[in-house]
Amino acid sequence: MHSKRNRNPKLLAGLATGVAVLLFVMLFSVLRGIQSFGVRELWQAYALFDGSNEHLLISTVRMPRTLIAAAVGASLAMAGVIMQVLTRNPLASPSVFGINAGASLCVVAALVLYGSSLTIGGMIPIALAGAAVTAVIVFVLGSLGGGKLDTARLTLAGASIAAFSASLTSGLILLNGQALEDALFWMIGSVSGRKLEHLQQVLPYMSLGWLVALGIGPSLNVMALGDDNAKGLGMRLKLVQSLAAAAVILLAGSSVAAAGPIAFVGLMVPHVCRAIAGEDHRWLLPYSAVAGALLLVGADLLSRFVLMPREVPVGIATALLGVPFLIAIARRRKHD
Amino acid sequence: MISRRKAGGAIVGGALAIVIAIALISLSLGTTKLSFMEVLATLAGRGEVDSSMIVLQLRLPRILAAIMVGAALGVAGALLQGVVRNPLASPDVLGVTGGASVCVVAFMTLVKGFSVHWIPFVAAAGALAAAALLYGLGWKKGISPSRLVIIGIGLSAAAGALTTFLLISGPSYLATQVLSWTTGSIYGTNWTYIKMLWPWIVILLPCAMLLFRELNVQSLGAPAAIGLGSSLQRSRLLALLICVALCGAAVGVAGTLSFIGLMAPHLSRLLVGASYRLVLPMSALTGAALLLLADLGGRMLFMPLDIPAGVFTAGVGAPFFIFLLFKTRQRSISAP
Repeated sequence: MHSKRNRNPKLLAGLATGVAVLLFVMLFSVLRGIQSFGVRELWQAYALFDGSNEHLLISTVRMPRTLIAAAVGASLAMAGVIMQVLTRNPLASPSVFGINAGASLCVVAALVLYGSSLTIGGMIPIALAGAAVTAVIVFVLGSLGGGKLDTARLTLAGASIAAFSASLTSGLILLNGQALEDALFWMIGSVSGRKLEHLQQVLPYMSLGWLVALGIGPSLNVMALGDDNAKGLGMRLKLVQSLAAAAVILLAGSSVAAAGPIAFVGLMVPHVCRAIAGEDHRWLLPYSAVAGALLLVGADLLSRFVLMPREVPVGIATALLGVPFLIAIARRRKHD
Repeated sequence: MISRRKAGGAIVGGALAIVIAIALISLSLGTTKLSFMEVLATLAGRGEVDSSMIVLQLRLPRILAAIMVGAALGVAGALLQGVVRNPLASPDVLGVTGGASVCVVAFMTLVKGFSVHWIPFVAAAGALAAAALLYGLGWKKGISPSRLVIIGIGLSAAAGALTTFLLISGPSYLATQVLSWTTGSIYGTNWTYIKMLWPWIVILLPCAMLLFRELNVQSLGAPAAIGLGSSLQRSRLLALLICVALCGAAVGVAGTLSFIGLMAPHLSRLLVGASYRLVLPMSALTGAALLLLADLGGRMLFMPLDIPAGVFTAGVGAPFFIFLLFKTRQRSISAP
């Protein structure tokens, strides 16, 4: 008990540092790019807005993409934490299990059916439905064996669902003869070219997801002890599991609606944060949220500079960062 | 025993007849429909000018490519499943075709005025590199099939991200072409590609068939194989090399066609039993038939649009893969 009391201020200080770093990187992301600005111009763009190109660039291009990257990064990372507890699988995450790809497939299918009349507001329920269907498929596949399903098998099932959705998505896009940018957005995800309205419309769903996730944090600690122990401790397992699944669907679905299927954030961040903050989900979830936001904002910032003046979609950067992680986790696991 | 062999031979013969029939149907169907008699007359060199243009210049190369690529992928899958002794192994699941595809896209975007004749070599080199990487990363006091498969998923993801990165960094007129190619398509195959492809197929397929005895011995397990005097490592290496070369040739022409290498050997085993003497030729025929059908579907279902065959192979292959995952659930994933 004593050691725990000692630990909390440290964890709190760590979290505060994380938030400070995040804000700094976000500021940097707003200011730097092909055109760079100073803090003064940022201030003026909001306080003394004069409609100049610089001010428009700051308020309609840089600011939205930075905020969206932060929100999506936080959501995906929290979804990853919850999925890893829920499936007891260190490889679980919205992208590895195909949930992102499923949501993105549904949105693209709706875009093909309804054309440009589909607004972002209409896209969100469709993305959520896609995420929900895929999540249900993966969880059902996971429970079919009566819990005997091993990690590799569940991961493979998820990966093949992802491959299935991705190839249908690219088929639909090619069928519809859409521009390459559209295709890339729905195949690997990006935060560029999004407006602030996009964020405003997904934010209610996302923040609901964040609240549910933070709310079930203590229950996740109990769940991590195993189903039997959790039941023995008087937990209503089914309720917590459904809430957790709902949070994953809300977080992943709204992320896809805002930024397309961005890979591996939900896989990497929880592992890093577990090394820093330990196994307590009351701390792990906020840590992951901050770190996920930091990762995506940072990756977006970097991918602006790699091929200047062209931009690399941030999904490529996270995929390339994430694969070494996946391999390291696969190697560390005792083989089954 | 003899009658079973005869029955197996009859099935292989029947499959050959089916492949030829599908090929003839493919030749006659399209935006301009031709009768069988016209097709046969054209093939015999006595057709009219219009129809011989359509059949000989447009459809025949494409259909020959489908047959050769499908056969190559089917045999490559059978070889890999024989060597890794894992029913879930296939060149695309393990990221081998992904590696080939990265190298080809890099070659197409970075080398100006490339010659198509280099593409199979480049692809084979990429496949070899991916296979070496896979084996190196998967090695940890021996090879665990489940670890190998997860690392393979990671390598495929990395390959996909790199491919997209190259796609963006290259000139934009190449992008659409490359996008269609990476989904797996034999659209626009002309005689140049056929001339480039056939030596690989004609040399490598018979070599693969000759390995049947080694693979049969290996399927008994490593100790038994060594006990029976098989030089285990050498025949494994030989089979892997042929597999990689076949993948390279196939990817070079058709891009990353997923799941054919997985489905063809399983369907073949279902039809002719477990002996590789029949499984290998049967896999070639099944692979060819699958790709012919996928290509025919891509051409006919959404006329006048041409959908990459890879969309169909993944659409059928991914559910099949999940089915396989659960059918083999009773056994440990690493058991032969």
